[in-house]
Amino acid sequence: MKEQLETIRQEATARIKEAENLKELQDIKVTYLGKKGSLTSVLRGMGKLSKEERPVVGEIANKVREAITNEIDEKTETLEKKALEEKLRNEAIDVTLPGRPVQVGGPHLLTGIIEEIEDLFIGMGYEVREGPEVETDYFNFEALNLPKGHPARDMHDTFYITNNLLLRTHTSPVQARTMQQYGGMQPVKMICPGKVYRRDTDDATHSHQFTQIEGLYVDANVRMSDLKGTLNTFAKSMFGEDREIRLRPSFFPFTEPSVEMDISCKVCKGDGCSVCKHSGWIEILGGGMVHPNVLEMAGYDSEKYTGFAFGMGPERIAMLKYGIDDIRHFYTNDKRFLTQYHHAKGGAL
Amino acid sequence: MFVSLNWLKNYVDIDSLSSEELAEKITKTGIEVDGIEYIAEKSRGVVVGYVETCDQHPNADKLNICQVDVGEEQLQIICGAPNVRQGQKVVVAKPGAVLPKNFKIKKVKLRGVESNGMICSLQELGIEEKYVPKDIAEGIFVFPDDVTVGEDVEPLLNLNDAVLEFDLTPNRSDALSMLGVAYETAAILGQDVKLPEETVHSAAEKAADYVSVSVKDPDLNPYYGAFIARDITIKPAPLWMRNALIAAGIRPINNVVDITNYVLLEYGQPLHAFDYDQFGSEQIVTRRAGQHENMTTLDGEERTLSNENLVITNGKEPVALAGVMGGLNTEVTDDTTTVLLEAAYFAPSTVRTSVNDTGLRSDSSTRFEKGVDPNRVEKAGWRACHLLETYAGATILAGPVSFDALDRSEKTVEMETDEINKRLGTAVTADDVVSILNKLQFSFEQDKDTFVVHVPTRRGDIAIFEDMLEEVARIYGYDQLPFTLPEGASQAGGLTGKQQLKREVKQYLQSAGLMETITYSLTDEAMIDKLISPELKEKRPTPVQLAMPMSEDHKYLRLSILPELLKTLAHNRARTQSDIHYYELGSVFVTNGEPITRQPDEKLRLAGALTGLWISHPWQQEKKPVDFYLVKGIVEGLFDYLDIPAAFEQVELPDMHPGRCATISINDRTVGFLGQLHPAFEKSMDLKETYVFDMNLEAVLDDYTNTTGYRPIPKYPSIARDIAFIVDEDIKAGAIQEAIAEAGDPLVKNVQIFDVYKGEHLPEGKKSIAYSLFYQDPDKTLKDDEVEQSYQQIVSTINEKFNAYVRS
Repeated sequence: MKEQLETIRQEATARIKEAENLKELQDIKVTYLGKKGSLTSVLRGMGKLSKEERPVVGEIANKVREAITNEIDEKTETLEKKALEEKLRNEAIDVTLPGRPVQVGGPHLLTGIIEEIEDLFIGMGYEVREGPEVETDYFNFEALNLPKGHPARDMHDTFYITNNLLLRTHTSPVQARTMQQYGGMQPVKMICPGKVYRRDTDDATHSHQFTQIEGLYVDANVRMSDLKGTLNTFAKSMFGEDREIRLRPSFFPFTEPSVEMDISCKVCKGDGCSVCKHSGWIEILGGGMVHPNVLEMAGYDSEKYTGFAFGMGPERIAMLKYGIDDIRHFYTNDKRFLTQYHHAKGGAL
Repeated sequence: MFVSLNWLKNYVDIDSLSSEELAEKITKTGIEVDGIEYIAEKSRGVVVGYVETCDQHPNADKLNICQVDVGEEQLQIICGAPNVRQGQKVVVAKPGAVLPKNFKIKKVKLRGVESNGMICSLQELGIEEKYVPKDIAEGIFVFPDDVTVGEDVEPLLNLNDAVLEFDLTPNRSDALSMLGVAYETAAILGQDVKLPEETVHSAAEKAADYVSVSVKDPDLNPYYGAFIARDITIKPAPLWMRNALIAAGIRPINNVVDITNYVLLEYGQPLHAFDYDQFGSEQIVTRRAGQHENMTTLDGEERTLSNENLVITNGKEPVALAGVMGGLNTEVTDDTTTVLLEAAYFAPSTVRTSVNDTGLRSDSSTRFEKGVDPNRVEKAGWRACHLLETYAGATILAGPVSFDALDRSEKTVEMETDEINKRLGTAVTADDVVSILNKLQFSFEQDKDTFVVHVPTRRGDIAIFEDMLEEVARIYGYDQLPFTLPEGASQAGGLTGKQQLKREVKQYLQSAGLMETITYSLTDEAMIDKLISPELKEKRPTPVQLAMPMSEDHKYLRLSILPELLKTLAHNRARTQSDIHYYELGSVFVTNGEPITRQPDEKLRLAGALTGLWISHPWQQEKKPVDFYLVKGIVEGLFDYLDIPAAFEQVELPDMHPGRCATISINDRTVGFLGQLHPAFEKSMDLKETYVFDMNLEAVLDDYTNTTGYRPIPKYPSIARDIAFIVDEDIKAGAIQEAIAEAGDPLVKNVQIFDVYKGEHLPEGKKSIAYSLFYQDPDKTLKDDEVEQSYQQIVSTINEKFNAYVRS
């Protein structure tokens, strides 16, 4: 019987070694270790053995069983690994094929710029105010020190609806409305973005509709140097720490003194290039100290309150920032234009 | 305003600065210099020549052989100009000379005859054709006799001049004159202004013997001065004056006209020269025009006037529209010998009205409209008389004859250094202020730190303290102002809840895959009543129309965002951009009744338009076009995001697909619509299948309530049950879903449709809709019989309500 067991073991080992797949291995397991398997039938014949022989043969038989089981398990593991490798090999794909595109939306470039400016001033304690696009002559002009017949009205080619109603030519009426609402009683610190309209023929540099964003700060003892400091803070955050600002005298009917602000040209760093028309400076915004007539008309005592205001054009900022050559792009909404500005925020002009 | 630096040098010393440096200083101090133009490109080797002889070329009719003395030598030059004559002093480019555009002059043979140089026209020297006097536009330039043969022409013709182009703000009309520019430059450089010569050797004869002046409306015409200049010879103005006019952008004509133009530019005071002999009377009467009174202006146009216009008359009929244009009959001609020179102050308002009525805007009207310096009106007249005497041989009669009610007083402004520093944030001293006022040449009285400034009338823009503050600040230097931040109480800035929400809505739509657009608020007549949302249309809004649109395309304020948005889709499609997914957030303008008297309501709306493919991934055969349910999903997602329950109901709307359109409502109130455009409408707009949505965002946001509580996460498991009903085809899935939710309340937490089927195995006219029901009890684990009971309840309700039966 010992010989018989030894033969079974050798035979099984040989077959396990040759087995090529899990199915074969399963068959081997059944053949030797199953209920009707050869090892089982050998063990069944143990009853015929003597008392002394039985434990010895039993031990041998158990060892054989153990050995076969181990060999099968080992082989199973090997084959499984091989099968998995085979499967993975078959699953290989061409990773250079393009992925499934994701629909990505995004803000309009002007929204990106406006929100960036909003956030900057919100950080400095400003609130955001909005106002109607159809304005009265009073708020668009008169309340801003532009009485009827004032020559400076020529600066604004206005779309009138009636003698008294018009499409606002600037966002400044929101200043007048806000001050009037506050009734001369409390400080004002606000910015107002929005659409404005001018009676222009659309071309590369003119648009009958465009956007503006304006700021207003009214309080006791506001100084012109505060305007300069505020604009400097704004310019450095918006366009970069290395940029310088320069104020030049200008004229707006609603401010006195009035300023125009330039920032140093990023491209030539002040040496003069085509971007800055060889001046080293790029005009960014206009502003000034709120005209006493504007304060008085809104109910503020101009002896007690002073203030500053400023306004700028997001289109101009965007055009300078990205080198856009035609203002109409903002309103044509060509997909090839819009998709360039998925992430319109950040970056310096 | 074009400022010739060679001209400016007559009044103020600017020699120490380059034109670029001067431009920079002027810009920084308050007048923006838009550019620096040079009269002409550099020429080399161009001199004055004397035409000794001029004979016709033997082989060419139109050419002349000229022997020209150029000083050191005599040159034979062939010249084709029709006006070349023996005895002229001309511009000669010698062999080796270089003209603008790098045109090099060489010795050549023309039709067999040697030509050693070129006799030049002004154009060939680089002067723009429009400034070249008309009589020599086709020919060479001829110098007056007093130039020296062999002399360099560059200074003679002012070719070395630089011209600053001023971009003047409306307040700085003082710089519409060379004298004004001189005062500004002098203030910047701290120099004096040298004033022009105005002396005249008046004759004993009186102007008053020639003409009388009567003013009917002193408000409109507070000063009228009439000078008489006799014995005039009309000829070209002196070369320096012609040069100056060309540099300033005015074409020289003759001495009289050029002198009035020169003084206009020099003093900022428009003058008008009438031919006295053609004046038609010996009296000047200025008055308001009669209603519908006619006159023919210098340009030959017949003008119909009103009594807002001021006219100059000869007592019978108008001879000029005051400040705007003279009449045809009294124009100065080559035969004029006696000139009646007008120097007047016309009220800005009347000139402005006349300009607007006639559309005639000129160098004169521009200055009158802004208000001329009252102290320079008569002086300008004397200056012109001085020039007429000198350059037109005129005898000036004692005068002028004038009407004078003009206020020439100076305004006074008080200021204190403390207040200046408080407003500017500076630390200027009284001495600084004195220095600044002196630079400006403003007279003043000083009492320590208090100043009373007498503002010269040339600076009509200065009236109050703040105006003087700007003067002080700009001469002090804006770049000298410190950088400070406001010292007032700080406050927290921020967006309002609604502004924040608006940003969130945009972010939602963008993350859903839509691109934001901004289109025009103005649309055209064909589009104004298209795709207006039903709840808005119900109100029968009146389209708001512009009084004077710039184009038919932008005439009405939109009542819907969609038409202009759809135009952008068509624009893209025409450029082979066919997959477009756009949204826009903006106002529409709603008003009722006509005429419009109030501001329209500006309603914030949110609209979207989608067309083409949503997903395009060809190599994996994935291609999903935009469809109704995609758009509805985006809209539903927005309402989910805002946690506002919205309902959708089938509707038929104009220009929309009759079977694929729904209203959107919240709390039984319609707030918008969505669906597919009607194919006919799509075609009319050059669009393919397109889906849109539009809603009153303000109404939606008004409904938003910020969630402040917390919904516990369910602790007990949910149980899912599926059920399919067979119903008539026209039954709406949404109605069944609603009924299921109602009948299953409170255990049914969620109902989802997972299958809709029509066709084989179902009776004709029937469809099957399958729902997944999710049961959950927040307080315990549900038992099968509870679910079964609810399930049966739902089945019987639906069967009854929709004549449905369960599909097994």
